[in-house]
Parts: sequence; structure tokens; C-alpha cells
Amino acid sequence: MTPNRLRKLKEWFIEKAILLSGVFSVVFVLLIFLFLLREGFSLFRGESVGDFLFGKSWYPISDPPRFGILPLIMGSLLVTLGAAAISVPIGIAAALFIAEIAPRRLKEGLKAGIELLAAIPSVVIGFIGMITLGPWIKNLFHIPTGLTALTGSVTLAFMAMPTIVSIAEDAITAVPRQYREAAVAMGATKWQTTWRIVARAARPGMVAAVMLGIGRVIGETMAVMMVTGNAAMIPSSILQPVRTLTATIAAEMGESVQGGAHYAALFAIGIVLFIITFLINGVADIYLHRSRR
Amino acid sequence: MSARLAQKIAFTILLLATLLVVLPVIFILGIIVAKGASAISWEFLFSMPRDGMTAGGIFPAVLGTLYLVLGAVLFAVPLGVLAAVYLVEYSSDNWFSRLVKLAIVNLAGVPSVVYGLFGLGIFVTFFRFGASILSGSLTLGIMILPVIITSAREALESVPRHFRTVSLSLGASRWQTIRHSVLPHALPGILTGMILGLGRAAGETAPILFTVAAFYLPRLPQSVFDQTMALPYHLYVISTQVPGIAENVRYGTALVLLTLVLLLNLAAIVLRSRFRRKKKW
Amino acid sequence: MVSAPAKFSIAGLHVHYGKLCVLRDLNLDIQANEIFTVIGPANSGKTTFLHALNRLVDLVPDSRLSGEVRLDGVDIRCGLEVEALRRKVGIVFALPLPLPISIFENVVYGLRMQGVRDAAVLDEAVERSLHESYLWDEVKDRLRSPAMNLSGGQQQRLCMARILAGRPDVLLFDEPTSGLDPISTARIEETMLNLKEKYTIVLVTNNVAQAARVGERTAFFLMGDLVEVSATSKMFTAPADSRTSDYITGKFG
Repeated sequence: MTPNRLRKLKEWFIEKAILLSGVFSVVFVLLIFLFLLREGFSLFRGESVGDFLFGKSWYPISDPPRFGILPLIMGSLLVTLGAAAISVPIGIAAALFIAEIAPRRLKEGLKAGIELLAAIPSVVIGFIGMITLGPWIKNLFHIPTGLTALTGSVTLAFMAMPTIVSIAEDAITAVPRQYREAAVAMGATKWQTTWRIVARAARPGMVAAVMLGIGRVIGETMAVMMVTGNAAMIPSSILQPVRTLTATIAAEMGESVQGGAHYAALFAIGIVLFIITFLINGVADIYLHRSRR
Repeated sequence: MSARLAQKIAFTILLLATLLVVLPVIFILGIIVAKGASAISWEFLFSMPRDGMTAGGIFPAVLGTLYLVLGAVLFAVPLGVLAAVYLVEYSSDNWFSRLVKLAIVNLAGVPSVVYGLFGLGIFVTFFRFGASILSGSLTLGIMILPVIITSAREALESVPRHFRTVSLSLGASRWQTIRHSVLPHALPGILTGMILGLGRAAGETAPILFTVAAFYLPRLPQSVFDQTMALPYHLYVISTQVPGIAENVRYGTALVLLTLVLLLNLAAIVLRSRFRRKKKW
Repeated sequence: MVSAPAKFSIAGLHVHYGKLCVLRDLNLDIQANEIFTVIGPANSGKTTFLHALNRLVDLVPDSRLSGEVRLDGVDIRCGLEVEALRRKVGIVFALPLPLPISIFENVVYGLRMQGVRDAAVLDEAVERSLHESYLWDEVKDRLRSPAMNLSGGQQQRLCMARILAGRPDVLLFDEPTSGLDPISTARIEETMLNLKEKYTIVLVTNNVAQAARVGERTAFFLMGDLVEVSATSKMFTAPADSRTSDYITGKFG
């Protein structure tokens, strides 16, 4: 009976490891939040949360330093809104085309192309945006620098597109066949069916797609840092350089002193980002579940 | 306006939108290949950088990225596959499994730079691994965990229920059933997830900024506690921080990174579609 | 007069799936080396009954089993491990469900899971069990080829061999011929009749004629209740309950 015992013991350990691995995903989320708090919380001993969130100046290395992240929030917001304005209509339209209109083979090719777009590292997209899009925008609008919020929006729009297209496409494909057949049987054209019936039925999934796309844009770091010019001022126009929450962390962490107020402020920005993306993904998940039902 | 005409116009607009999504891919690939191909040589890939990185090769960055990616996968694949096994094979639809699923969704949504902060806080500082390959790999590993778990879950769920019933009915234990009648059939899907994870880890910059990446190192890393250069960070450095670098060196570096990442993704796409076609049940 | 001890003795067995009661207060003995057939319309609890005998019901989430089932006098829930129970009480499902591995590996699957490694033992088990299920002559030259390439009837006999390799006591058949043509069905039935020399057989079927052909005793289930159990010949000539005769004569089901 000994080999059997041994096997039972082995399986007991494996099953515990399996359970533990499931637990780990939850633990990691908690740990991320905990360590952001641990490193970032000390900022709020000298700074009120209101001053931090709504302070109009971010001068982390002046004396005394000012840690107001409103300019960074506005920067992120502007770039994100711009990117959404570009990528949502184009992304949804492309998803409709791929799901409803493209013939099978083209469809496969397009889906692979979009998967490749999603795979391009953000630093490569930032590099191309910086080197081609920047000068182009500079010349187009006759402005002193091409590295602006608009450049960031266009660049990020392309990074949001794969998320929006693929998730919206899934939602559209999941619309039951009978809906289309019923509409066509009543004499609707293919376009009328697509627009009035299918797109409407797929709306929860499309909302989720847009939210996840926006989540990706807000969290995007390298590309945005390379193309937005990195000026920590409240922007008055989309043709000005801006600095986002993410880019601030990436650009300044290297120069901050560990344990200092600047260091803590950067982690506090991390907390803000974590909460924003947590909420966006949570809501998107709810819509995704609704669309599957 | 007739319905036919409206349809024609609408379809044209949708087609144009699709082209707007896909053409930039071709544009990006095209411009990088056109301007970067001239930089690629044996020496570029396999020698150390010289003269303040304006000359020589990118070998330490390539090697560093390979180390980091391997480390990440070594950490994330066992953990991710076991977590997927938990979700598909062990948990029923209770509050805890819902919590785990929610956690995975959120891990997938955490911005990459926040992973960088997390890695800095926990591995570099708290565990005192310093800025090192170990810290960077672990950070990347946690970042790709959702990719691995999601693909492994899909793969496990695609194995028909009755394989499990049959195996259990023959007196196999639960784990034996998973080990012999479920995992082998889910393997291609798990591999696909692993390759996608590799590609993702290879291309990310923000998580390695504060946890491992070095601006320039004169020698190759000797242990997991050393810093290393890495391809994506190197591209960032030479395109924004160091003036006077020849254009084709920048494009060449981008080309190497892009080739690595896209080949991995292409492999995953091919593997997945062949797996779907070959399925015999 | 002392009768032989029952193979299975079932007392007060209830099975619930969540709040739904699928098997109600079942009391029944199954004798060694008999072919015991169970008939009844869809959703009468026949399959659940079979799955209770080797605890496959445990796989259904929220399933609950109460009452007592004894195999050779041993309670199947606390008297022996579930793996050992399932080796003793093998089951053939309604559809032929070979695993997507070779014929050989299908047959030795259960043995391998027990930890048997000796090649001679495995070879012997394959040959013996394929003979017992009358499949040996058809597959002996291609034991290493995929089981999926066999015909439906062959696959079902492979599934029988797969159980026989582990030398079980009881064979459960869950409508084993529902997906097969008449010739394959006849072969499976013939095989069952031969196997009863060595094994106890419980056959669930929705084919009343099949029960009449092979069964020695027959039970009639209806919506989770055991309506009557008696010798097959008696049930088909003089059923005690009017619902039984209605079912047998085809008034419903």
C-alpha cells in the first residue's frame, strides 16, 4: 500500500499548489495596491489629498516642492479624450466591417493584422510617432514643436484600436443569427440589418470594448512619453505639449530619492492610476458579462 | 436616397475605417524595414556597443531581453497554468472563483508603469533583490500572468467534459485525470499563451525601467542579481536620451525588437489556428 | 432457506441535484452474476441510478446522495476509496467514448493509473480483455493505432474491454446500444450474455425489447420512483402495476 500512500501524498501537495496558484492572482492584486500604498502613503503626511489631486502646479524638485497633479490629470484626460474621439468611431466601424461584411478569408487576414498591431511594442510605436508623426504635425499647424497632446492622441488611438476592434468584433459575432434572418426576412437591406439590429444588440459588448480601449490608453506609458513633449502644465489647447500621469512616473522615478517626498508622490500617482484602471476594468467586465448573456 | 445607395455609402465608410486600422501596421513595418535593414549585420547583433553607443552592436540588449523573457516565463507559466487548472477543474461557481476571475481581469488592466512601481517597491526594495534580472523577470512575470491564465483557461475548457468523466470512471484520481486526460490535449493552447506572454514581455519597457534596465553596461550580466540592458529600453534610450546616433542604428534596433516580437506572435497565431483545425473531437 | 448475499444492496437511496429530487427512496438488491435491467422513460432517474452505484453522481455540482448503498456488504461511501469503487464497478456510457489515444492505451488506462508498469502484465491484460469483449481478432494487428479510427460498434466494445482490463466485479451499461446499428447491437448483447458468467451486469435501456432479450430481472423507473421490480419474464407478461404495462405496451415514453 506504500506506493499508493506516496501517490496520495503527492496529489495532496499538487492540489494544494493548484489552490494556492488560484489564490495568488488575488494576492498579487492586493500586493500591488498594498505596495503602492506603502511607498506612496507618506506623501499624505505633509500634503492633503485635495492639494495633491487638485493642486495646479507640479514642481517636484523646487524648494519647497509642489505636488499638485491636476496638470498631469488634465494631460492624461486630454490625450485620452483625443485618442477616444479618433479610435472609437474608427474602431467600431472596422469591427462592423470585419464581423459583418468582410468575406471569410479577408476576415482572417484582417484579424491577424489587428493582432499584429496589438503586438507592436509601445516603444516602437512611440519611436515611429516621434520620428514621423511629430514633424508632420509641426509643419501642418506651424507650431514650434510637433510633440503635442494631439500627437499623443493620434499615436494612442492606434494603440487602443486593436482592443476596441477585437472585443467589439466578438460582441457583434455573438449576436444570434436569428436576429439577422428576421430582419432580412422583413425586407431590410444588409446595412439596415447591421446598423439597426446587429449593432444595437451588440451594444453592451461595444461599451466594454470602448472602456477597455480607454483603459489601455490611460495606462499607456512609453509611447505617450515619447510623443507628448512632457510639459507639466495645464494645457489650453490640444496643440500644446502635455505630460500624462504615466509619463511622469516613468520620466522622474530615476531622479527621485528613495523614501523622499518626490518618490512617494510618484507612487501616489501610481495609486491614482491603479484606482482609475481598476474602476474602468470593473465596469467593462460587467458590460462584458451582460453582452454574453 | 435609396436604401441601396445608403448601403453602398455605409459599406465604403466601414471599409475606409478598416483600412485606417490596418494600413498603419503596414506603414510601420514598411518604414522600419526600409530604414533599418541596412544596419542589420552579424556584428550589429552580436557585438558590444562602442563609442557611447553610437557604434558597435546591440548584443547586451538582445541577450538581456532574452534573459528577462525567459525568467518571466519560467515564473509565470507554472503559476498561470496551475491557476487556470484551479479555475476550470477545481472551483465551482462560488464567490472565491469569481474573486479570482475579477483579480485576473484587473491584473490585465493594471498599467505597465504601475507594474514597474510595484516591482520597485516589492522586489527591488522590500526583498532587497536590487535592480536586477531577478526583479525585472518577476515583475514581467506577474504582468504576463493574465495572458497565460486566460489562454490556458480557454485551452482547458476546450477539452470535452467526457474525457474527464471517462477517466474518473476508470478509477483515475482527480489529478491523474487532469494530468493524463486533460492537460495533454490542452497543451497547444497553453503553448500559444506562453508564446504570447513571451512576446508581450519582450516588448514592454515601463515595467523594467526601475527594476532592472541599465542605460549602458560595459559587460554582460553574470548572475540574476546583475542589472542588464534590454532591447525596448535600449531603443528608448537611443531615440530620446542620446544625441548623435545614426538613424539607421535606431531603426535597426527597432527592427530587431519588432522582428522578435512579431515572430513570436505569428508563431502563436499559426499554432492556434492549426490546433483549431486539427482538433479531432 | 438461505439466499446468496446480494452484490449490491440499496436501502432508502435518495439523490438530489440541488433542490431537485431525481431518485426517491430506492430499495433494491442486485444479485451476483445476474443481468439486471432498468427500463423507464426519459428523466425517470435510470442514469442517475447507475451513476450512484459508482459515485459518478459526485461529479454533478450540488448533487447529494442519502441512504445506503452496499457493495458486498461494504458501504460505497465510507467503506472504500472512490477510485477503488470505480475500478470494481465499471461503466459503459451511452455513446462510445474512447479517449483520443491508441487502442492499447485505452485498454490499459485504468491499470496505468493504478501504477502498473510491467509490460508483460499490460500486454496480458490487453489480450485477455479484448478477447472477452470479442474485439481481439479485429484489432490485434493495430493496437497502436488511434481508437478514434474504429467504427462505433468497435469503439463501444473497446470501452467494454477498457473496463474488463481492471478485473471489475460489476459492469454498468447505460443504454450502450442507443447509437448503434442492429448488427452492432446484437454483438454487444451477445457479449453481455457471455460476460454474465463472470460479472454482475446492470443494464439501463430505453429499448424494452432489449430488456426482454437479455434481462433476468427488470426494474421499471418512473420520474424518480421505482415502480416495480420483478423477473423479466413476469414483468413482460403480467406486470403488477398498470403504469408498467402502459409503458411496456407503448402508451407513453
